[in-house]
Amino acid sequence: MMKATSFLTSLLFLLSLNTAQGAPGWKALTNDEVHDPTSPAIGILQEPATALALLPSDTSGNRVSWIRALRERYIQPRTNIYPETEIKVLDMDIIMELTGEMPLVRFPHKPHTEWLDCDNCHDKIFIEKVGANPVNMFAILAGEYCGRCHGAVAFPLTECNRCHSVDRATFTGQPGAQPEKKVSELIN
Amino acid sequence: MGKDGYIQRKKSIRCRQFIFYLTLLAGFSSFNVLAEYGDVVLNRNAELNDMRPVVFPHWFHRIRFRCKVCHHELGFEMRAGSNDINMGDIIDGKFCGMCHNGETAWSVDNCDLCHSGKPGLKTGIHGSNETSGPGRW
Ligand code: HEC
Ligand code: HEC
Ligand code: HEC
Ligand code: HEC
Ligand code: HEC
Ligand code: HEC
Repeated sequence: MMKATSFLTSLLFLLSLNTAQGAPGWKALTNDEVHDPTSPAIGILQEPATALALLPSDTSGNRVSWIRALRERYIQPRTNIYPETEIKVLDMDIIMELTGEMPLVRFPHKPHTEWLDCDNCHDKIFIEKVGANPVNMFAILAGEYCGRCHGAVAFPLTECNRCHSVDRATFTGQPGAQPEKKVSELIN
Repeated sequence: MGKDGYIQRKKSIRCRQFIFYLTLLAGFSSFNVLAEYGDVVLNRNAELNDMRPVVFPHWFHRIRFRCKVCHHELGFEMRAGSNDINMGDIIDGKFCGMCHNGETAWSVDNCDLCHSGKPGLKTGIHGSNETSGPGRW
């Protein structure tokens, strides 16, 4: 079975390379199959290519690296509308080890909480405790857990190695929260 | 989940993996490229009331607002079709109307800019091509 999975992994890898290269450019609104080409909005609405071509590029999704766009200040999206809203960012990674023969998963809180609030995930999608969620790849592909956003709005699930990013052989630490500090020290 | 449950999960992964790769292959070979990634169509009542379906572009809004503005501050649920959005509430300043009020963004008078969809489209996420979108496996 090991051989079979390895074979399938490589096949899958080739397949995803293929789709990344074969991806067409940003579609014009008139032929994106969602907008009505006869709508008076065509010509007024912004074409995706006009805005997205100016941002750091990527190979999948919107073909924009939203992480770099934010970090390098190409875009400065608002964090709140009401002045009293509390803005929380947490710098804590979680290493998840139940990945079979795939590399371990590193879930970084920082880039997520720059976009999202804690209550988008806790406890609606994830219970706030390491190992407390029966996360697995089937559920993710069915749109649960990470798959709520990845595959819908955030980068798609074809990008295995962006989540499975930690080599099992060279990882010497403990799975779970990295570093193991009090959350109050890491939040700002 | 208890410690035993965790160990059980660890054991069952090997067998699951094989089925998993097969499913994955089947899934990725049925690509269906539509719309810009993350576009949401809202058409629960629009077309029934002789308006074009609504197209909500995530890419356009996330250049201007972080997810937390809509999905935390303004309270949009993260599930296409799960917010009970209707025109009366929008005009009263709820949902899209929290911004499309002539202050944060142009006002609700611009019917066609939101109601720009192709007739016949179903409510749901449309542009998320690479995995055919969540929930469709
Ligand atoms: C957080 C505030 C906010 C919310 C909520 C919001 N919008 Fe917008 N929207 C904006 C802003 C700002 C613009 C840009 C306005 C401008 O350029 O003057 C915009 C522009 C648009 C555009 C035009 C895009 C283009 O190509 O020019 C559409 C269509 C749109 N919104 C639809 C919607 C719909 C549908 C909803 C509700 C489901 C919604 N918006 C909710 C802030 C918001
Ligand atoms: C994108 C989703 C997401 C967001 C947003 C998010 N988290 Fe998490 N959080 C997770 C995941 C995934 C885990 C790991 C759960 C597991 O291992 O089953 C986790 C785990 C935790 C844990 C448990 C750590 C431990 O040692 O048990 C804490 C505490 C936590 N998060 C706090 C926060 C806080 C505070 C925020 C907001 C600043 C936040 N999280 C935002 C996804 C998220
Ligand atoms: C959005 C992040 C993400 C992406 C992208 C992703 N995975 Fe996963 N994967 C996970 C998480 C999280 C787990 C569960 C880890 C845990 O619970 O310890 C997992 C688990 C797995 C497992 C273990 C078996 C199982 O059923 O859970 C396999 C095998 C796997 N992934 C393969 C893949 C492959 C192949 C791809 C690319 C097609 C991929 N993953 C893409 C996050 C991701
Ligand atoms: C609530 C939505 C949401 C959930 C749930 C979610 N993510 Fe993300 N994730 C995002 C967004 C938004 C980004 C920003 C990049 C983008 O939009 O493509 C992101 C980016 C990432 C990145 C790239 C970080 C970097 O610095 O480049 C990784 C890795 C990642 N997610 C892994 C995961 C894993 C693993 C899970 C599940 C345990 C998960 N995400 C769950 C929304 C989410
Ligand atoms: C301007 C407001 C706005 C912003 C900003 C926004 N969203 Fe959304 N989002 C919506 C609306 C509206 C819907 C559709 C809700 C409905 O159909 O009831 C939606 C739906 C979703 C869904 C459900 C898709 C599905 O498959 O069912 C996800 C996941 C999501 N958003 C994630 C995000 C992420 C991640 C970000 C940040 C990168 C983000 N959103 C930014 C307004 C917004
Ligand atoms: C900011 C975006 C936006 C603008 C501008 C807008 N609508 Fe809507 N409208 C929506 C959304 C979102 C829905 C809910 C779609 C659904 O699921 O059916 C909706 C629904 C409707 C419906 C369905 C019945 C109901 O009450 O919900 C009608 C009729 C309608 N709009 C008419 C109009 C007219 C007429 C205008 C111009 C005066 C207009 N809309 C402007 C976003 C907008």
